[in-house]
Amino acid sequence: MSDITNNDYDILVKKQSPTTKSYKTIPLAFITGGLICALGQAFINFYLSMGVNKDTAFTAASITLILLATLATGLNFYDNIAKFGGAGTLVPITGFANAITAPALEFKSEGYILGLGAKLFAIAGPVIVYGIASGILYGLAAYVLKL
Amino acid sequence: MQRLGKNTIKFNHPPSVIGFASIASKKESEGPMAQYIDILSKDPMFGQQTWEKAESQMQRDVALKALEKAKLSPGNIDCLFAGDLLNQCIGSHYGLLELGIPFMGLYSACATMAESLISAAVFVESKAADHAMAVTSSHFCSAEKQYRFPLEYGGQRTPTSQWTVTGAGAAILGHGDVPPFVKAMTIGTIKDKGIKDVNNMGAAMAPAAALTIGQYFEDTVTNEDNFDLIVTGDLAHVGSQLLYELMEQDRYDLRGKHADCGMLIYDRETQDVCAGGSGCGCAATVLCSYILNSMKSGKLNEVLFVATGALMSPTSLQQKQNIPGIAHLIHLSTRKE
Repeated sequence: MSDITNNDYDILVKKQSPTTKSYKTIPLAFITGGLICALGQAFINFYLSMGVNKDTAFTAASITLILLATLATGLNFYDNIAKFGGAGTLVPITGFANAITAPALEFKSEGYILGLGAKLFAIAGPVIVYGIASGILYGLAAYVLKL
Repeated sequence: MQRLGKNTIKFNHPPSVIGFASIASKKESEGPMAQYIDILSKDPMFGQQTWEKAESQMQRDVALKALEKAKLSPGNIDCLFAGDLLNQCIGSHYGLLELGIPFMGLYSACATMAESLISAAVFVESKAADHAMAVTSSHFCSAEKQYRFPLEYGGQRTPTSQWTVTGAGAAILGHGDVPPFVKAMTIGTIKDKGIKDVNNMGAAMAPAAALTIGQYFEDTVTNEDNFDLIVTGDLAHVGSQLLYELMEQDRYDLRGKHADCGMLIYDRETQDVCAGGSGCGCAATVLCSYILNSMKSGKLNEVLFVATGALMSPTSLQQKQNIPGIAHLIHLSTRKE
């Protein structure tokens, strides 16, 4: 029997494998992400109109989006929005909320300590670790360079 | 039994498939195979509290259904071969616990249905068992949880990815003259063609399928014209195209004779499954519903059932290892001689 080389097979696989339709996915991500951000802006405006200061309004808007994304994850429809919006739902703060809530739901069956507690950061953990690490580096650099 | 050529074993007294049953859930009940499947549960939990227990419940239900259809009780089965995709095969172990049948657990990834049938056939032919049963399952939710992301995680699937079937199949082999029969088999070898993309399992498994089918043709001096259907386990769309191209290099043209369980079980146009179905329940459910029923009714007479498996684990993937494939082949026939 003939045996194809790994290289030739790789070429064949690439030829036969359909790729992501980015002409479709990129505009959908843009629109979905934009809508989430517009919603955030609407909350900021709302909180400002309630008479709170700017910093508090920003924080309250973020917390509201996190709450909504967590709720949508728990009610089983965040993943449907994500299927449609792709990176548009991933990049805003809602994506992070979903990445924490989804493993919490999934691993609850293994108990609150070793299941939910241990697996809560299975997806978002690296973002937190490297986010904090780069924050420290930036802080040090800013201190040394007296920015 | 006698050996033919390099890797094929022919049964001198082909074991008979005396009973079989299949079970699946909601998404499968909306697909083209629904009319052939014995038990369809709209509840993916199958009345249980966790996905893993749901998978065990499927195995139990499908095994009992196969026994009922064969008019046998668990005490009549001398040996039970079963497997699934979960770590340490807990789907099978907990599922089949209460049947009290001498048990052997198997793992061959999505090729487990063929592996369990091969084991059962060898036991029956050699008279080590009067009746032997093969059971295999997979569950979309327990597989996603173990291999990929939590269910509610918002992500998009790549077009080459496949959808794990929630389903199981069980077949009971014994002596007798009731068709269909297990006439021959080729045990597959592990094949690595350098595929690393876990979202393209069809590509990882196609070379193993081509190797096993080619080996069977060579060992038995046959080709695709000798069969009504050559059905692979879960190569899905991408893997099937690759299989045709690989077989063409040895001048075999499978196009008119081939079907894939991963493409039969779902409607790719309407069910949003990307390249098609996968999981060891995929081949098991389609074999124990559509294929064996079609053989019983005489619509199909000579069938090569080639279950395909991708032999990776989450750990091997994270360690950047290739994904090797395996394919085991069984020749099913309505004629004993």
